Amino acid sequence: MTYLPPTPSHTAGPFYGYALPFPGGGDIAPREHPDAMTLHGYVYDGAGEPVPDAIVEFWQAGPDGSLTGAPGSMRRDPVTGGFLGRNGVDFTGFGRVPTDADGHYTVRTLPPGGPSTPYISVCVFARGLTHHLFTRAYLAEGPDALLASLTPERRATLIARPEPNRDRTHRFDIRLQGEEETVFLDFA
Amino acid sequence: MTLTQSDIDGELAEIRAGYEKARAAGTPAAHHPPRDFPPYRSSLLRHPQQPLVAVSRDPEAVELSGPVFGHTDVTELDHDLTRQHAGEPLGERITVSGRLLDSAGRPVRGQLVELWQANASGRYAHQRDQHPAPLDPNFTGVGRVLTGDDGSYSFTTIKPGAYPWRNHQNAWRPAHIHFSLFGTAFTQRLVTQMYFPGDPLFAYDPILQSVTDDAARARLVAAYDHSLSRPEWSLGYRWDIVLDGPSATWIEEGR
Ligand SMILES: [Fe+3]
Repeated sequence: MTYLPPTPSHTAGPFYGYALPFPGGGDIAPREHPDAMTLHGYVYDGAGEPVPDAIVEFWQAGPDGSLTGAPGSMRRDPVTGGFLGRNGVDFTGFGRVPTDADGHYTVRTLPPGGPSTPYISVCVFARGLTHHLFTRAYLAEGPDALLASLTPERRATLIARPEPNRDRTHRFDIRLQGEEETVFLDFA
Repeated sequence: MTLTQSDIDGELAEIRAGYEKARAAGTPAAHHPPRDFPPYRSSLLRHPQQPLVAVSRDPEAVELSGPVFGHTDVTELDHDLTRQHAGEPLGERITVSGRLLDSAGRPVRGQLVELWQANASGRYAHQRDQHPAPLDPNFTGVGRVLTGDDGSYSFTTIKPGAYPWRNHQNAWRPAHIHFSLFGTAFTQRLVTQMYFPGDPLFAYDPILQSVTDDAARARLVAAYDHSLSRPEWSLGYRWDIVLDGPSATWIEEGR
């Protein structure tokens, strides 16, 4: 059986900002969709400082649990070569947002469906990260093999908490290191 | 206290010796850099201290599928970084071609390859790049393309310059092109950098040297391929990319 060893990972570095982000990268929900929800939070380093040069990607099931996705996340204009943004109708399941100067990110999406306890898959890149980090934002606790395998303290880092005074808004902070360090995942 | 290149060289030598020793004792080769790599200073506060949690045996994991991209996401000229402005960029025109494969050697078809790089002077079109080298009004340094049915991709661009950074005193990055790749599963996601053969800066660069395994590090270096060079036009480099991580098709095959 053929086995090709992988191309090693490298950091995204500090200067991807004009290359990877695209307009509407965080607008995963179709325009004006009544079920749209907001997922937002901060990325922190081991000193508790916000990480202003991270890029966070999101991949998730549609509300019906389907994982087929759709093209059109970074839809382009064939006339000018610029970005058109999403078509406002299709749900692609994919989002990509850089953190801002405060280390903050926001995506607007539709709640994922799924066979068990739904979650949004999150992948973090940054200067200083030699290899990206996967985690999951669960919108609530529930029966789930991964959640069940963790201590309550560790499990809590994977739960995106509904915010009391904001409608349909969940907060999901990502701590790369140290106290309350986010649980990161290995799929090898 | 200023950190010098010789401080970094010492740290790299120590890490390398430790790796060779572990290899001799039977530890498998490390294909990826450790997330904690002190010679690369920015990794110090940004690597998790807890071990990653394995999620290997869940056939319903969302991450075994992944986003899809199509011709709506890429325009005709995106693969040619020398034609995105009114004039020609300065520098040595090159093509970079290769195939995107999974670890079973199968082509990864119709997936998005993104690339970004400094210009020929070693300057990024990024506000925070303070390297006092000229910006090139005819070069942005961003490209994207979808892989073909055989996993192939090709870019036309200019050879990027080396540039200084502030990891330590007199730190210089060897010339490199950043790549972002998607597979058929989100678990196969990869961001990496491609280097040019024979660069004298390789030994001094803690980012390249974060890949401690010699064979793995060699996979980050493109090959000059004369058959890809075009007469009176451009020099050709070949670089194949292999994605790691399981995908849904692997699970179906019982791997
Ligand atoms: Fe770079």
